Order: sequence, then C-alpha cells, then structure tokens
Amino acid sequence: MALIEAKNVSLGYDGTDVVTGLTFNVNKGDYLCVVGENGSGKSTLIKALLGLKKCSSGHLHFLEGLKQNQIGYLPQQTVSQKDFPASVYEVVLSGTLGKKNLFGFYSARDKRKALDNMSMLGISELKNKCYRNLSGGQQQRALLARALCATDTLLLLDEPVTGLDPKAAEELYSLLYHLNKEHKITIIMVSHDIRASLEYSTHILHLKGDRFFFGTAEEYRSSETGINFFGGENK
Amino acid sequence: MIDTLVIILSQPFMQRALIGGIFISLCASLLGVSLVLKRYSMIGDGLSHVGFGAAVIATALGFAPLAVAIPVVVIFAFLLLRLGENSKIKGDAAVAIVSTGALAAGVAVSSLSGGMNQDFNSYMFGTILGLSDSDVILSIAVSVPVLILFILFYNKIFAVTFDETFSKATGVKTEIYNALVAVLTALIIVVGMRLMGALLISSLVIFPALTSMRVCRTYKSVMICSCFVSVTCFILGIFGSVLFNMPTGASIVIANIGAFIIFWIAGLITNKN
Repeated sequence: MALIEAKNVSLGYDGTDVVTGLTFNVNKGDYLCVVGENGSGKSTLIKALLGLKKCSSGHLHFLEGLKQNQIGYLPQQTVSQKDFPASVYEVVLSGTLGKKNLFGFYSARDKRKALDNMSMLGISELKNKCYRNLSGGQQQRALLARALCATDTLLLLDEPVTGLDPKAAEELYSLLYHLNKEHKITIIMVSHDIRASLEYSTHILHLKGDRFFFGTAEEYRSSETGINFFGGENK
Repeated sequence: MIDTLVIILSQPFMQRALIGGIFISLCASLLGVSLVLKRYSMIGDGLSHVGFGAAVIATALGFAPLAVAIPVVVIFAFLLLRLGENSKIKGDAAVAIVSTGALAAGVAVSSLSGGMNQDFNSYMFGTILGLSDSDVILSIAVSVPVLILFILFYNKIFAVTFDETFSKATGVKTEIYNALVAVLTALIIVVGMRLMGALLISSLVIFPALTSMRVCRTYKSVMICSCFVSVTCFILGIFGSVLFNMPTGASIVIANIGAFIIFWIAGLITNKN
C-alpha cells in the first residue's frame, strides 16, 4: 500500500534543478532514510513533501487518504526556540492546530491526544516544565509528541539528532524504531548519520544530483553508491 | 501622599491619560511578546519612527496626521516583517535604514515648514497628559478590537510564533496570522505614538515581554504577566511623573526598567534553586 508516490520529480530553486527524475514510493510501515551530501536537495525534497514548494516537473501523489497537511513534521530547531518560554504541554498541544478552523480553540479530544502522545514518548512528567530548560533530547521528544498530534500515519524528520549527544541520539533512534514497529507509523527521515540509517531503516533514498539511489537498506549496502558513500564515511 | 494622589486622580486630564494609556499599554504588551520572541524587537522602534515621519509630513501638508500615518505604518509593518524571511538586505539593517530615514524626513519637513513646532514635539515625546476626549475614544476604539482579536486567535498566534514552518506544514494559514500581527502592531504603535511619543512607544512594546520572560515559564503566564507589568509600570510612571515633576514618557520607561531589574534578579534566584 503506497502512501506517497513520486514519479519523475524534479526539484530546484531559482530556476535550476537540484534533483531531477526522482522516482520512489513510500509504503505504509516503511522507514525511509534520505541521505546525500549537503546541497543534494534533501531539504528541498522535504519542502516539496510538505507542500511548501512545487515540483518543477513530475508528480508527487499522496494516496490512502493521506492529506499533505497530515504529515507529522519534526523540523530542525530554530535559534529563537532555544529560549522560548512555553511549557511542554503548550508546545505539544499546538500540534493539533493544523486541522482546526480560523480560531483554533482546543477541544477535550485534542488535550487527550496531547497527553497520550506525551506518555507514549515518556515525557508526561515534563508536562509543566519550560521548553527552554529541557535537554536537547527532551526537546526533540516534545517536538516529536507535537508532530504525532498532527498525524497518525506519517512522520517526516529533518536531521533529528543534530546537536544531540550520542546517548540522546541513540535513545531517539530507538524511540523512532519503536514508533515504526509497534505503532505502525511510517517514517521518512533526512539524516547525515549513515550508520544509524542503515541500522534502523527499511529503505534508503540517496540523492546525488541528477542520479539517485532508491531501494531497500539491504540493496543499498551492496550497491555502488552505498559502498562509495558508506566507505567514504568510515575512512 | 495619598491626599495628593486623590487630588491628582480627580483631575479630568489625569483620568483621560489613565484610561487611554492603560488600554494602549495592554495591547502593546500582548503584541510585544510575539515580536520579542520572533526577534523583531527593533521593528516596533522602526515603525514608531515611520509613524513620526508620516505624521509630521502630513501635518506640514495640511492633512490629518493619523489618517496618513496609520496606512503608511501598516505598509511598512508588512514590508519589515516580511523582510526578515528572505531578502538581500538583512532584517535588522532594513529596520535601521527605514527608522533613521523616516526620522530624518520628518525632521527635515518639520524644519522647512517653520521649525520645531508643537506638533513635532508632541509626536516625538507624546502628550499623554494633554489627551482630548477624542484621543481617548480613539485609543479605546483601536485597543478593544486588538484585545478581542488577540484572545480569539491566541492559540494560532502561539503556534505561528513558536514554529512557523511546522504550522505552515500542518495546514495553518500562517500568512493570515502574520498579517494580523503586522496590522495590529502598526495600529497600536501609531496610536501609542500619539500618546507616548515615538521615542517611547517601542519601550512599551518590548519591556513588559522581556521582563516577564525573566521569571515566567509558560507562554500563557508570560502573556498575563506582561499585561500586569505593563499596566502597573504605566500607572507608577504616570504618578511618579506628577509627584516628582518629571516628563511622563521617561518616567514610564524608568518604571519599566525598574521592573525589569527586579524580575531579572528574581529570575536569577529562582533558576538557582
């Protein structure tokens, strides 16, 4: 069951395409890692998936009743968020707003959902803590809980372990793995961490200008692109 | 002392100053939280200078100053708030250019049209103790809609302030809420300039938010605390100015500085524990 189908997609900015002829699909329950060097179009692809940018050619289809605004997005943190005075609960609850009308008052159901997601990610006791006083790993969990308020199906993560210490990064990876396996949440993750990508993901999309690799993690290990990239990282 | 205060309070000019000022302080502090958190603190300052320039030029040309200043400031609010997103000139540089440019234009026109006149002074330093009934009505007419809109859109404004990309990606029409904040800010700054003066309105926007962020740990408490700090400092400042015969705008800012220092120390102490 495909959730997202990309056919011959080209993406770029200022009139030049960074990515051309990209074809891949994401099935329900997949864990897809998008890798590639800086400037290879990873962030551009994320914007396209979120509907913040149009493809210059080709088609992105959302299937199985998935709407573009039902993607749970975990963006990279901005500088101003680091000292933002808001409780974890306020941040998580704001994830439900996308589906709302003009005003966006919270319903009892929204509050329930926020609390459920917090307990699922093990941050219930942080509910009234200030977001800016949390550790990096805790902040990512709060943002993950917020993303889960916006979706039940698909999470899209943009380099989620940036700035985390190795232990926190490992915890976040195993949390995502758990969400993927136990709660059947499809995951698309942009990552620099090729080792963890290969360990946890089911599929890899490697962007490389006009060429790209798409296949299962197994196929990637034995592919030329994979060996070059993986080998390069370990040198 | 209490007798003096009672006498002061019984004066109609004082009652007008208090009513008009409290409404504007409330709105300025609410909008200030969003602006400070989005790193747009200087925009309030820039816009007040634009309002000053527009009002002085309008007066010199024989137009009603506020009728010209309000649309001009709304336009600049849009330009400056959008500039932060993507442009060749960085946001803070653009604000500095607009701010000094508008100030220079206002001063130049004012001197050509007969020197530093009464209007010039009143837009620069405000006339809070010389408000007319229509000034008070204007400040209420602008503030009440701002307060209502702010309460109605509170959750959305929070989400857009905290994380615009996420909000946009999940389907929140962020443009609407950014535009709303821009228009409300422009309105409050122009009317506030009439009351407090161009030099001081930006401190009404920025100080209460910064002060309450020293100690408050949730967004809602920052909001409520800002309103409280803003109104308290306004009242203290205005009484102080009458009691010690100081310029009103300046003593309101001094009250705000005092509150900031107290909250800052309180924040240091509570964070240690």
